[in-house]
Amino acid sequence: MSPSTMVQAIQSGLYEALAQHDEVIVLGEDVGKNGGVFRATEGLWAQFGDERVIDTPLSEAAIIGASIGMAINGLKPVAEIQFMGFIYPAMEQIVTHMARLRTRTQGAYPATVVVRVPYGGGIRAPELHCDSTESLFTHIPGIKVVTPSTPKDAKGLLLAAIRDPDPVLFLEPMQLYRSIKEEIPAGWYEIPIGEARRVCEGDDLTLISWGTMVPVTEAAAKQALQLGISCEVIDLRSLSPIDEETIIQSVKKTGRAMIIHEAPKTAGLGAEITSIINEQAFLYLEAPVKRVTGYDAPVPMYALEDTYRPHQERVLKAIQEVMSF
Amino acid sequence: MLGQLEKDWIQYVSIEGQLTEAGAAIWEEMSDRDKKQFYQWMVYIRSFDRRAILLQRQGRIGTYAPLEGQEAAQVGSAYALTAQDFVFPSYREHGVALVQGMPLTQIFLYWMGRVEGCKAPTDVRVLPPAVPIATQIPHAVGAAWASKLKKEKEIAIAYFGDGATSEGDFHEACNFSGVFQVPVILFCQNNGYAISVPFSRQSASETVAEKAKAYNFPGYRVDGNDVLAVYDVTKRAIERARRGEGPTLIEAVTYRKGSHTTADDARRYRPQAEVDEWIKERDPIARYRKLLVLDGLLDEREDEDWRKECDEKIDQAIREAESLTPLPPEHVFTHLFAQLSKQEKAQQAELREER
Repeated sequence: MSPSTMVQAIQSGLYEALAQHDEVIVLGEDVGKNGGVFRATEGLWAQFGDERVIDTPLSEAAIIGASIGMAINGLKPVAEIQFMGFIYPAMEQIVTHMARLRTRTQGAYPATVVVRVPYGGGIRAPELHCDSTESLFTHIPGIKVVTPSTPKDAKGLLLAAIRDPDPVLFLEPMQLYRSIKEEIPAGWYEIPIGEARRVCEGDDLTLISWGTMVPVTEAAAKQALQLGISCEVIDLRSLSPIDEETIIQSVKKTGRAMIIHEAPKTAGLGAEITSIINEQAFLYLEAPVKRVTGYDAPVPMYALEDTYRPHQERVLKAIQEVMSF
Repeated sequence: MLGQLEKDWIQYVSIEGQLTEAGAAIWEEMSDRDKKQFYQWMVYIRSFDRRAILLQRQGRIGTYAPLEGQEAAQVGSAYALTAQDFVFPSYREHGVALVQGMPLTQIFLYWMGRVEGCKAPTDVRVLPPAVPIATQIPHAVGAAWASKLKKEKEIAIAYFGDGATSEGDFHEACNFSGVFQVPVILFCQNNGYAISVPFSRQSASETVAEKAKAYNFPGYRVDGNDVLAVYDVTKRAIERARRGEGPTLIEAVTYRKGSHTTADDARRYRPQAEVDEWIKERDPIARYRKLLVLDGLLDEREDEDWRKECDEKIDQAIREAESLTPLPPEHVFTHLFAQLSKQEKAQQAELREER
């Protein structure tokens, strides 16, 4: 088997799900004949037909709303929202219904919908195509939020999301769709939701990031090693629920922690992780937990995105600051 | 104000209780049992509704959304459904829920702020009331769509008010229904007001029904206080849906006699003469009663017995609801996910210790 990109891995996951489970329906804008604007659904419409892979009218609210209804009546919809910046019309459906239906029906009708959403910047996309507003969703009880940073994790997490008995928001880092290739297992396999991945081991500082920021963090960690700083890198993968155990275990070992995310700083997930560390590993800390994040300004048009999003030099500088505290 | 009420509407029973020609044909085909059931359900629902308002005034239930005046729209439409059909109600459809088999105790529990009231018995496919306006309409479309994809016969019905027709979710759901030809009934109870805002301020269209034209499926405007007309129009729409002929929008023109909720005062925004006219001349139960009397189907004694039985059923449901053991604080986590995360389990334990 030849190495796969992340977008091919996602396509492969969707293929497995459609082939093995009749109740799986893929729906969204341009997911049919066109194979998705990023080609994540390439070939699926030709293979599975119009009733399994459905091009919908342009309505994010109705895509999610109808998916909830489909789930109530026994199907397993995997909906695509074209870009994270376009998900907001569906916010009401996600927050007031998808996340609450299991609770509101006391277990009778869980809204077992998977929502796939390309997110983040780094591909010179037009305005509003680059949002990274994951913490809007991790704040909502009743939905799980995951994001892969490798092709292998992408397929495994997607299949776990599809088999999950609860709603899952599956964020796809657009920048990584085609930038990394690796061998992925054939057939069905799952990466459990709720488990972080230790990317590399280190002793001095724990770096926590996810999605698009993982390769940036990894590169900075490699550079730091040349300066004699040994970083442990954690790819969170599951943003809700968070794998606190892996974080705390690592911070207790290193005594220092830093969170890297491209979302704006204030009330971003970094603040939550900082609190988790304060609550569970405060006495192990040798320096305050540091955040390297996007800025508290709207995601800029792409001419300014390289400096808005955390980059390798910024992460490295922050690593040095933490180490010299 | 409310515009031309009778514009393009379907009516089978006049406000004097007289059958129209079309109505007489329908009436002919109906069993006496069904004819009586319409009446009994409407009486039962009104008794419950009035009691609910009293209970709210006594502080025994919370803010309540009354439905008096809309009994015919609810009973007529619900009576046309089967138990397998999916119902996606808004918050004023207790009548629909009851006809579909929701126990009255559940409805009281709901208005007591208890989540147990959201849950229907396993054989009753009534979803909990959707509070955010129009948001349940896409769900009905999705459930109906799933039936179509699975080649099953059940249909879905969404209930909503005139105010909902201004929301994007209504239009987006209509659009999906039309494009995918799903077996869904979009049932609007146009009671003239969205809290205080009259229909003329919701839409420049003269009717709700005509909006269906833009989505290329039938829209019917029916006298919503005529239980026979509502029943027949809904029944035909359901048959059409089951035959695979797609969605129907139904506008039942009705009136809520009371306020939007027990926290609202409708006197602030509705002219008294208008309210009086609806109460005195257009009441759905009074009209239907006249028809039954004319037809010799109403036995005064039987009617009295039924009203007593209703009161007893209501008493019983209140007793059941009020005596149900309260849920423990940690129940907020019981149905959050199929499996709780470590963090959620820890918070659940924290709540358990509060007991």
